[in-house]
Amino acid sequence: MALLGSPLRTFRGLAREFRLAQGGAGGSFRDVPAYRYLREAFRAHRVTSEKLCRAQHDLHFQAATYLCLLRSVRKHLTLHKEYHGKGDRTAEQVAGLVGLKLPQQPGGKGWE
Amino acid sequence: MWSGWFQCRWVLQPCVVQHLRATFVLRCPAFSPGASKRLYTPQAERKRFYQNVTISQGEGGFEINLDHRKLKTPQAKLFTVPSETLALAVATEWDSQRDTIKPYTMHLTTLCNTALDNPSQRTKDQIIRAALKFLETDTICYRVEEPPALVELQKNEWDPIIEWAEKRYNVVIGSSTSIMGPSIPQSTKDIFISHLASYNTWALQGIEYMITQLKSLILSMGLLDKHLTVEHAVLLSRLEEEYQIQRWGNVEWAHDYDLHEMRSRTAAATLFVHLCTESATVKHKLLQD
Repeated sequence: MALLGSPLRTFRGLAREFRLAQGGAGGSFRDVPAYRYLREAFRAHRVTSEKLCRAQHDLHFQAATYLCLLRSVRKHLTLHKEYHGKGDRTAEQVAGLVGLKLPQQPGGKGWE
Repeated sequence: MWSGWFQCRWVLQPCVVQHLRATFVLRCPAFSPGASKRLYTPQAERKRFYQNVTISQGEGGFEINLDHRKLKTPQAKLFTVPSETLALAVATEWDSQRDTIKPYTMHLTTLCNTALDNPSQRTKDQIIRAALKFLETDTICYRVEEPPALVELQKNEWDPIIEWAEKRYNVVIGSSTSIMGPSIPQSTKDIFISHLASYNTWALQGIEYMITQLKSLILSMGLLDKHLTVEHAVLLSRLEEEYQIQRWGNVEWAHDYDLHEMRSRTAAATLFVHLCTESATVKHKLLQD
């Protein structure tokens, strides 16, 4: 399938995602079991002729899907951290957003 | 306002989401939703309580070990999956959690939990019927009459997919601009029912999840058949939104956020279905001397 691009590109993309997922947690992404599994799978399905190989195509489709999963989860999480998931803003914060301040009552508001 | 909207989006997939939430409610009563002060304040995330994630083969399939503990489902069943590849992917999800466990990034775990516990208690037939319901209101069968540019875009992008599906499954689908949608003949439904019936319960849970993401049975069949990539299927599902973005501009915290969420959920479902249906066979070439 032309849409999938080259398998090597997909594999590089996966390696990148594993590296990013590892972050600064120490240890190389090459030790991650899933990475080793994928590397072996890609190696095992390398074919010498250019004939369409169903098994290779299946593997590549799955790898591309997995790459899409890892990449989208990472990007979604980045956006989520940036914009969401902190809950409602307080009245002060909301006022601050539009450059206003809540009125101050030196002697308390009377009902406290 | 946006957090409220975010909650509403979650309500769209009640069984799956509730189910995942239950994991944390059950284990840590302190995080019960009622306890939060503000209505839409998200629950506190649980700390990562384990160091190493490994998989092991048990009687029922492959299991996930968090240090020396075995992973359990929200209903406290042992978490076992039928395929090693799936177990590895789930283990990777748990291993990529940094300081806290973020359940909303663990789509494969969610899907496995749903398949194991079946919280909605539905049978195979019921799941198939629910999936078929989407065919009557399939996204790519609904067309607009204006503006002309969008009409053209829908025709160019969606027609080839409908044609492919009609040829591939030997059915009649068609499209419509009426609010009632196209009239799908019963024979078409029967063919899709028998097609879906060939999948096992695990795969069907994934298929239903995929269909609810894309709001389209036809696009989902394209993914199951490996005719479409996930990116392309999601693009086709969001065609009108993409058109509006082209016209009015992109808003990162709404459009991109949605796009990546939908892509990750769809990709997880696709991978889940493929891993649950395949049977790995290794064929070695005969050595020639």
